[in-house]
Parts: sequence; structure tokens; C-alpha cells
Amino acid sequence: MSVRVMTGNDAAATAVKLARTQVIAAYPITPQSPVVESLSTWVESGELPAEFVAVESEHSALSVCIGASTVGARAFTATSANGLAYMTEQVWWAAGARLPIVMCVANRAMAAPWSVLNDQQDSMSVRDAGWVQLYCRDNQEILDTTVQAFHIAEELNAPVMVCYDGFLLSHTMMPVDVPDAGTVDGFLPPRTAPLQIVDTADPRNVGPVTLADPRPDADGVLQPGYMEFRAMHHAALLEALDAVPAADRAWAGITGRSSGGLLSEYLLDDADTVLVAAGSLVTQLTLVADGLRAEGVRAGVLGIRCYRPFPAEALRDRLAGRSLAVVFDKALSYGYQGPICEDLKAALYDGGDSPAVHGVVCGLGGRDVTPVQLASAVREARADLEAGMRDRAPHWIGLVEGSMR
Amino acid sequence: MTRVTELPDAEHLLSGNRACAGCGIGTGLRAITKALDGRMVLVNPASCLTVLGGMYPISSLDVPWVNVAFPSTAASAAGVRAGLRALGRDGEMTVLAMAGDGGTADIGIQALSGAAERNDDFIYVCYDNEAYMNTGTQRSGSTPAGARTTTTMAGKRENPKDVPAIMEAHGVPYVASTSAAFPTDVYDKVVRAREMSGLRYIHMNTPCPSGWSFDPKDSISIGKLAVDAGVVVLYEIVDGVFRLTGRSKSLAKAGLQVPVAEYVAGQGRFKTLGEAELAGVQRWVEERWSAYVARDAAGQR
Amino acid sequence: MSSHQRISMSRPSPGEAGRTGDWRSSRPVMQAELCLAVKADTATCQLCWAYCPDACFAKGVPPAIELEYCKGCGICAQECPSGAIVMVPEREHGVCEMPEDPSGDLAEGGAR
Repeated sequence: MSVRVMTGNDAAATAVKLARTQVIAAYPITPQSPVVESLSTWVESGELPAEFVAVESEHSALSVCIGASTVGARAFTATSANGLAYMTEQVWWAAGARLPIVMCVANRAMAAPWSVLNDQQDSMSVRDAGWVQLYCRDNQEILDTTVQAFHIAEELNAPVMVCYDGFLLSHTMMPVDVPDAGTVDGFLPPRTAPLQIVDTADPRNVGPVTLADPRPDADGVLQPGYMEFRAMHHAALLEALDAVPAADRAWAGITGRSSGGLLSEYLLDDADTVLVAAGSLVTQLTLVADGLRAEGVRAGVLGIRCYRPFPAEALRDRLAGRSLAVVFDKALSYGYQGPICEDLKAALYDGGDSPAVHGVVCGLGGRDVTPVQLASAVREARADLEAGMRDRAPHWIGLVEGSMR
Repeated sequence: MTRVTELPDAEHLLSGNRACAGCGIGTGLRAITKALDGRMVLVNPASCLTVLGGMYPISSLDVPWVNVAFPSTAASAAGVRAGLRALGRDGEMTVLAMAGDGGTADIGIQALSGAAERNDDFIYVCYDNEAYMNTGTQRSGSTPAGARTTTTMAGKRENPKDVPAIMEAHGVPYVASTSAAFPTDVYDKVVRAREMSGLRYIHMNTPCPSGWSFDPKDSISIGKLAVDAGVVVLYEIVDGVFRLTGRSKSLAKAGLQVPVAEYVAGQGRFKTLGEAELAGVQRWVEERWSAYVARDAAGQR
Repeated sequence: MSSHQRISMSRPSPGEAGRTGDWRSSRPVMQAELCLAVKADTATCQLCWAYCPDACFAKGVPPAIELEYCKGCGICAQECPSGAIVMVPEREHGVCEMPEDPSGDLAEGGAR
């Protein structure tokens, strides 16, 4: 174990090396590119004995991972924004094929118009694809979560997306405790036999056309239809609600560091007003909670580490009896509201002692979000609640109305 | 050159599959799998071949088969190869990517170009039935001029892409053009490719009774007619050296045996082909044929 | 380990599309005396075997036809260099199994 000062991208790449990843394919896109630059350098120098495939697109990056993972290799890629959108077909494929691929997403705003800066619209847009999605608060969590991601993915046979805010984390230097290889080897054994069988002695057709209804095999035994496979995939993803915290606990047992499992908490126990977000914003909100506490507001922070599967039960449990949850989304379902906000409202629906939920949209396209603005948004939400408003349209932080005329 | 009677007995394509009666893919795939002796993994995107392969839980091919997304064939195959290498299983099997002409010339060409530039280690077979047959005969970049498809009801105006030439321009070690109507030519080319490494590209013309609109019994005869007319040319380019093979080699001496008019006459898809357009296609065929013959002569040195 | 570890993955078996011989309206009939292999008394030619898209021939003298799955495309008859294989309408074999016909609509030989 050694403490090194590194960027979030370095932390991700270091974790991929420690995980003894066997096949890496990626395509450059800001702000993810340094991840693949590091990995390709290590593969070239022999420091990382892996196959590096320098593909011509993100679609092919994930395709290479899909092919490699299908025959049993541990595979990794990383991307951002339009790169993730370009590979969306394969995001679904990797999940439906039940391949334990790990992908880092350095969160970046979607074009158009162009922006290379941070928000979380990219990964939020593929929340339904069947991946486990984990969001990181800082660079240490990027390293820890990426190592854990392989463990979770291979246990569930489902892919895991490790999301971290572009530039805010990807390019920001922080001290990171880097475990030694033996520590990681103890936590993450080599990948065991995949579900997929690619063997000339036992030929199979992997992922063929699958009917809506179950169909008998050549021996007359009824086998699942498309819906049954999707139900099993869904059930496997729900198992992540146990597997994610279990991996975090096991990692904490070895390294002494926990990322919180499904959720992270700050000053939550007696909190009346709970600030909810995912990613680096959660770290920022701890400062906001401190400030609000100084004003006499019983504020706490609930960070969403595991966004898919959505930890609805844990959220209901931790939010029961509070008056207000203020949800900060760095993404928006256009024409509706922020994705975390809408999911949280659904999770709390009809809960007798559930808090009111007020949404806030912030930081789109890399717009700076200051603790002052965040605190002000909380005060507004509290005022709205006091005025009897239990639901409202999302508020936007920092919009300069005059510039839109 | 292997003779028909010398083709291996072992069958890897199973009877009772879902392909249309008379589908050229079956004949071609039998020769391909024989050439690889079943020691292969088939990487296959959405296509007629997927249909032939059958619906879960039964497969119509007794070799490993991995279904992949439509544009991803070459990248997925590169991944399969990289995975096998990383696991020390490199020698177990040949990776054979096999896609249709739409999956190759159109939606798959970016991934194929990337894999070719990297010289990834697999064989890629494009079975060219000259349109999107699996979705009901829409035009592709490989549909010949004059052919009627459901998206070119008056006949396609453009000549097809020359995908083997595109692949040759990438400098890959092996490029071949063959036809499912010549199983021994297919077999020999796959055997040749099997013994090489890097990206090996084989373009296999594959007659399609339903899409080209002819009686299924004529699948082979129309495939042969295409070669006799010079519409399809059998050749291979090994490390940059071009040579005609099989029937096309014989035709280089004897001259083309039939006009394009005779080739198109038996196919409903060319019903709307007018005389002027036919003359244009004939000229296109002759120009290409002369170039192939000249290259063949030069290649022999 | 997750308890939901199943993927869509087929095993090979003939007849994935059922008994595809039922698709056929005519069947290939080998007139052995005309077969080149029979005439030469050795497994020469074998074109019908090589061309069959459905692997419904076994190499031999003469090559043997597997009718269970033969779709009746007629390539073998068309390509046979000696005209040894002819396509004969199924009806003439008198072995077509008629479907169950509770309504009687298909009586009189099913001439609909």
C-alpha cells in the first residue's frame, strides 16, 4: 500500500491494472482519454500483460470487450458522453448477453451543442440497459470501486459501469491509497468459467434468435423464452443490492476503506432535510450540510453510490420520518425532471412517513455549482415546503435568465 | 486444386435448418466448415445466416457460434481472438467472422476497416447475396446496377462497391473472391486462408432464390453463369500477388462465355433492366474483366 | 454466486426448423443406373452431395438421399451431369400424409 497523488483517470487505470485485466479496448474521448493512454503504455511496456486493441470507434471498443468476455477474458473499456451514446447498442448487448465487462465513464455532457465538460446525462441515459451503475465521490473511490466492479460483475454475470465526474475528478489530483497487487489478488481471483461456452468439443450457439415463448429443446425439455431470460437478468441485477454492499464490506475488511455500499451518508441520523445526489456533488454537499447546520437547519447528505439497481428499499428506510429530500441532478429527462429525482419519488410513493421530494437541476454542460448556490437551493426548497408545496417542477441552479432573451 | 470427391465427408451444417430451399449459404457454409474441419468459432451478426443457425434452444451448426451486433462483426471477432490469446487458447480454433453484404459493405465496414488496418487475426467471409435479404430484399452497397429491390423498384442505378478492392487497399495478407456455386474454390480459399495469419478476407457470391427471383433449383447454375459472364470473378490476392482461380482462370484463356444478358435473363430482379442499362453493365463487366486478366498475367511474371 | 445464471445458448441438433422434408412439393429420385459413380463403380462425381445446401446427401455409389429434411430445391437434379436425379411430385409417390380433416374439406384427394 502506498499513497500516491493522482487524477481520477489515473486511479481508474491503476485499478484496471491491479485487477489483472486481460483485454482492453478503448477509443479516445475527452475527458476519458488518459485512462486508455496509461493502459496502452503499460501494455506496451509489459507492465500489464494484457491484449490492448486500439479500435476505430467506441462501438468497436465495447464490441471487442464483448467478444473477449464471451470467451472468458476479463475485459475493460472506458468512455464519455457521445462515445457512450455511440456504443449504446453494445451497452445493451453486453448486459443482455450477461457479460461481466467493466466500463469507466468519465461523465461528460451530451452534444449538441458541443461541451467537453461535466454533467451526468451520458450514463443516466443508459440506466435502463441492465448494467450495474456505481457513482464515485472522489479519486480513492474510483480506484476502490473499479476493483470492486470486477468482483461484482463476475459474481452476477452482469456488466458494471463505474461513473465519475469528468474533469472534476478525472483530471483533478488527489491522494489515493494504492493497494499492492497481492491485496487485490486476494480480493479478486481470476475470472472463473463464464456462462458462455465457446468450445469445439461442446459447440454452442451463443445469443441466437430467442422466441417470446419458451420452446422445447431437442430432448423435449422446455427452455426459457425471451421474457424468461429478461426476468432472470432483472433478478440478477436486483441481487446487486446485496452484492454491491458485500463487495464494499469485503474490500473494507482488507483495506479499511468503505465507499458506503449502496448509499453514502453524512450527518444523516438526526437530519430533517436530506440532500441527495450522485458523484462528486455528494462530497460538495457535505460542506453545504455543515453550513446549513451552522444556520440551525438539521441537514444531512445521502449519496447514491449504486444507481442501478436503484436502492429503493434502502432509500425508503433511510428517508422515513424526514421532512424533505432535496435531489440535485446533473442530468434531466427533458420534458420531465431529473432522473434521480423521479426515481426517488417513485421509490417513496405512498410511503406514509416519506419526505417531500424537491428536485434541483444543476451543473449541466460543466456549469460551476458552488456551495453557496447549493445552500440557497436547499433554503428555497424548505421555503416551498413550508408554503405547503409537496411537489414542484425542478429548480435550476444558476440560470442567467437575462441571457436567454 | 481440390476435387469434389476429395472434399472431407464430415458435415458441420445440420439438415433441417431454417434456410430457404436452394439458399446458396448452405452450399458455401458446408465448404467453409469442411475447410476448417470444425475447429472454428463462427462470429455472426444479424443476417440470413442467423436464421439458418436457428432459434434457441437448437442450433443448426455443430461448431461454436457467437451472435454479435450488426455493425460489430469484425470488432467482435477481434475481441474473440484477443480473448482467446489472453487465455492461452489461441491454438484451439480459427476465428471465422461471417456476415452478409449489408453487414459488410454497409453497416459493418467501419469495424472491418479498423480490424483490417490493425491486421487482426481472423478470417472474414462476406457472403454476398447482393441485398438485405433477411429483411426482405432492400438494396445494399453490394446490389448490382439494374437489380430491383424493395427500395429500388425501378432498378438500382449504381454499380456495387468493390469490397475486395477496399480490403486489398488495406494491405491485408489475403483477399479472395469466390462463389458458393464453386464449393471446391471456396474450400481451397478457406484452406489457404486458414494457414495464414492476420486478417484474411473472402468475398463469396451467394445466389438467393427469393431475393433474385429464380427457381431454387437454379441456385448453382446462376452462380456459375455469373462467373461465365464475368459478373463474378474467382481470384485471390496473396501478399499482394493477384491470380485468377478455377473457372475464371480457364476463362482468361477461353474468354468470357456468355453475355451479361444471358446471366440476367433468368432472374426476376432484372426484369426492369432496359437495353441501355444492360449495355452499361456489360461495359462495366468487360472493363473489370480486362483489368483482372491483365493483373493475372502480370502476377504470373 | 447469483442464482439467475442462464443465458440464451443453443445446442446443435438436426431438424431445428422441424421436419423440413414437409416443405417439399417434389422429391429427388435417384435413377442409379444413370449415376456416373454407379457406372464407374467408384465414388466419382458426387456433385449432388457437394452442392446440396442442406447436407441431405451421403457420399456413395450412388450418393444416398436423406428425404427427412430434403426441402426439394431441385439443385441436385438440375446439376447432375448425367440426368440421374429427377424431381418427382410428392403426390405421385402416394405417400403424402394427409393432414387430419375433421371438416371433410380435404376429401377427394385434397384437391384444394
